[in-house]
Amino acid sequence: MQTLLRTPLYERHVALAARIVPFAGWEMPVQYEGVIPEHRAVRTDSGAFDVSHMGELHVEGPSAHAFLQSVLSNDLDRIGDGEAQYTLLTNESGGIVDDLIAYRITPFHYLLVVNAGNRETAYAWLKEREARGSEVRDASDEYALVAVQGPHALERLGLPAARPFTHGLALLDGIEAMVCRTGYTGEAGCELMCAAEDAPALWDLVLARGVTPCGLGARDTLRLEACYPLHGNDITQEADAISAGLGWACALEKEFTGAAALRRIKEQGPTRRLVPFVMEEKAVPRQGMPIEGGGEVTSGTHSPMLDVGIGMGYVPAGRSAPGCEITIDVRGKPRRARIVEKPIYRRRET
Amino acid sequence: MAAPEAYPEGLKYHAEHDWARVDGDEAVLGITWFAQDALGELVHYEAPAAGATIAKDSPYGEVESVKAVSDVIAPLSGDVLEVNQKVVDAPETVNDDPYGEGWLVRIRMSNSSELDALLDAEAYRAVLEEQ
Repeated sequence: MQTLLRTPLYERHVALAARIVPFAGWEMPVQYEGVIPEHRAVRTDSGAFDVSHMGELHVEGPSAHAFLQSVLSNDLDRIGDGEAQYTLLTNESGGIVDDLIAYRITPFHYLLVVNAGNRETAYAWLKEREARGSEVRDASDEYALVAVQGPHALERLGLPAARPFTHGLALLDGIEAMVCRTGYTGEAGCELMCAAEDAPALWDLVLARGVTPCGLGARDTLRLEACYPLHGNDITQEADAISAGLGWACALEKEFTGAAALRRIKEQGPTRRLVPFVMEEKAVPRQGMPIEGGGEVTSGTHSPMLDVGIGMGYVPAGRSAPGCEITIDVRGKPRRARIVEKPIYRRRET
Repeated sequence: MAAPEAYPEGLKYHAEHDWARVDGDEAVLGITWFAQDALGELVHYEAPAAGATIAKDSPYGEVESVKAVSDVIAPLSGDVLEVNQKVVDAPETVNDDPYGEGWLVRIRMSNSSELDALLDAEAYRAVLEEQ
């Protein structure tokens, strides 16, 4: 039996009486006050998530840029220093080894933030393919990562608004943090990366500014309303990026691992597609539930904002358009749902 | 707001975290404070049909939170006389008032000797302490 890992903020979660659960090999807070109030706090004001379980990989050296261009699906030439990009690590068949964000510090230095559950796989994948003149280093243990998300997140932190997918260094009450305008909730906000030893002080200052502590439960409902796929559920090594609806993050005009397979799939058209749906009957869809006519729910929950069951799943491509009705087998009971446009929930601009 | 932890005297409890309030040959059933707290805020109640027959120790419905679904176990056998529509429409009523407004079904008992197997509040608290 493997011992569960703890983030530098574990003691803080215990002190806040969080409900702690095992997740991807870590002991993580799933909720403090409750999933629904935490979810609403992020949609209406701001919430803070400890996401220090995620992995941070440095890729450095004169050939760092060329090396990453050959293994990542998106085109790093589209971003400059101080910018970031959502991208995929794909296998030869176009399956998704991991989805990640690449932060460009310089052309000779990128930081990759990878999923907690894929940290070792992604590291090994990159290390095996490492090119002469670039070095991959797993620095996950050196950092803590706190996501502060919501329409008032930046204002509460005293940070200026900035374009999404940019990053820079800032001092917050004397604590140095890399401020990344990225997140997994569909709201404005940032992710703060700091030295592991500074994490408790950073967490304390974020909460002292009135940001609500939020657990992984709300993180999951928020990302599902925003239709962000979760690796391991909606996207896997067996699911290709085109069928998963992530063709926009695949620069098929360049060469990278899996590019040929993905071009072929795009040309022929995928046989199935990952689609978001909203229940038309009272029921909560869950991962693994069959969809009639072939297909399966890959993520499901109850939307705290819409107050209905929502989810994502694979359906035959011929019946994957928004507006199509599907039937989900909810523990033996057929329940109607409708395919919708992404995202399932979008905050009204105020 | 969620109710404070309580296990009222005068109710009969089942170790699967259900309660029964007996009145003559009828009983009102629900889930305990412990059960609703473990689930979190309820978002769905899959109720039995009025007239359905339910059997002691077997599931008669489901309650779901954002995170999880749980069978509701019948503490007693009988026929369903009434389903609490308020909980169907607003499942969080169970979190607010698990022993009052948050009841789940009213039944006519088919075997009142089953009452002997149920726990009083003190015995149910002892069950919780073992967990």
